Amino acid sequence: MIEFQHVSFAYEKGRPVLRDLSFSIGDGESVGLIGANGAGKSTVMKLLLGLLTGEGTILVDGEPVKKENLAKIRRKLGFVLQNSDNQMFMPTVYEDMIFAPLNYGLSREEAERRVDGVLERLHLTELKHRHNHRISGGEKRMAAIATILAMEPEAILMDEPSAALDPYNRRIVINTIRELKQTKLITSHDLDMILDTCSRVILLSNGRIAADGPAEKVLRDRALLEANRMELPFRYAGHGD
Amino acid sequence: MNKMEKALHELGEMDELAAGASPLHRLHPAAKLLSTIAYILTAVSFPKYDLTGLIPMLLWPVLLFQVGGVSLRTCFYKLRIVLPLVMAVGLFNPLFDRAPLLSVGGVAVSGGVASMLTLMLKGVLCLMASFLLMATTPIDSLCAALRRLHVPAMLVTLLLLTYRYVGVMTEELAVMTDAYHLRAPGQKGIHVSAWGSFLGQLLLRSMDRAQELYGSMMLRGYHEHFHYADIRAFSRKDGLYLLGCLAAFLLLRLVPVARIAGGLIVR
Repeated sequence: MIEFQHVSFAYEKGRPVLRDLSFSIGDGESVGLIGANGAGKSTVMKLLLGLLTGEGTILVDGEPVKKENLAKIRRKLGFVLQNSDNQMFMPTVYEDMIFAPLNYGLSREEAERRVDGVLERLHLTELKHRHNHRISGGEKRMAAIATILAMEPEAILMDEPSAALDPYNRRIVINTIRELKQTKLITSHDLDMILDTCSRVILLSNGRIAADGPAEKVLRDRALLEANRMELPFRYAGHGD
Repeated sequence: MNKMEKALHELGEMDELAAGASPLHRLHPAAKLLSTIAYILTAVSFPKYDLTGLIPMLLWPVLLFQVGGVSLRTCFYKLRIVLPLVMAVGLFNPLFDRAPLLSVGGVAVSGGVASMLTLMLKGVLCLMASFLLMATTPIDSLCAALRRLHVPAMLVTLLLLTYRYVGVMTEELAVMTDAYHLRAPGQKGIHVSAWGSFLGQLLLRSMDRAQELYGSMMLRGYHEHFHYADIRAFSRKDGLYLLGCLAAFLLLRLVPVARIAGGLIVR
């Protein structure tokens, strides 16, 4: 579904953020993209969404991410931003959720049916007419996910979905992500969350892939993680279950 | 709770007011918007000395505050910052226009005093009408009505996003203010030397946010066409309300209601 072929990118000349990156993600796969700050995780997301342009080729369902294909590609990819306030720009949850379906040509009735379906599935029906600036952080994150699901994307990209959530809301978000059938690419420093939601992990370091393999294997490798400025997940470090 | 957080809380209370279900809330937003504009235009059109002609204009907001279930006390409390500014308009009129205009109980009232009071009352009436509109109409419905009235989409979207983000930016300002005060104990307000960097930081944060927000819109299929709230069609009831308001304003503007009523009482 997603393929990076020799992709490089630099914000400033001579200081590359990504160097000759190649990997692919199959349909329905759940992949965690991890790495220290500045490793290039967010840049990978932005390149994939066409918000940045680099060298090399990025394919989504065999189509290159290029200006002329962007509308088609963005329709397939739903992106949940780290800061839900930047994602939820309409006054109410309902208006926000209906925004993309209407843009994609659905009638208001069809779009509303879709919105109601998603809200029901995520047990968020009571949020429908709430104002975005009046709901809690956890509710806002769930609403942001609902907003993306209302697009019915083929793949979901998430940037730090569990950041700044209390344990209860974090667990709700994790359970929700686990239930999603779409292809998933999730960036996070919360390695326990990655273990719970992803079967495969790509570890980025200095713009290159330092490891790519089953989550259980990569996230148990203390030497590998520590060499890349990370730590074992809580449960493997002997503190958790 | 610091001042910013209080402001944020009050903004939330406005949303709650607007979500009411009174007969006034149920009216079409365009009817309410047009009647408010007409009211403001009528109020400001009174001559500068016509204080008695203006007083009956108070009837409209006072009556609708009752119909809408919004208390006048709430209105004046929420307008407490802007009201003194409006009242200050015309404060210097008595200094420039000292010619006696009329006599009340043997005391001469100058033209300056009369025009000052008229200006103050006009300001209060306009604020009350605007508050009433905001307290009985959700912002998304108001924006949808503006688009139906063919107000340029750019302006309406700007209004909608400003309303949505004024709270977020106030939160950022609150965090910055707290961070400042924690490192400047005992200092009242923000020192003038820090104003530049303070505003600069706020501007940079706003720009970053705007960038990410625009990206988020693009990723959800935005192509210069914004979909506003779905509001019902303009009904006969809405039309009657609007016509009734317009007729009442015309009557209050053209007929000296206060003078006639006063004459009846004296007789």
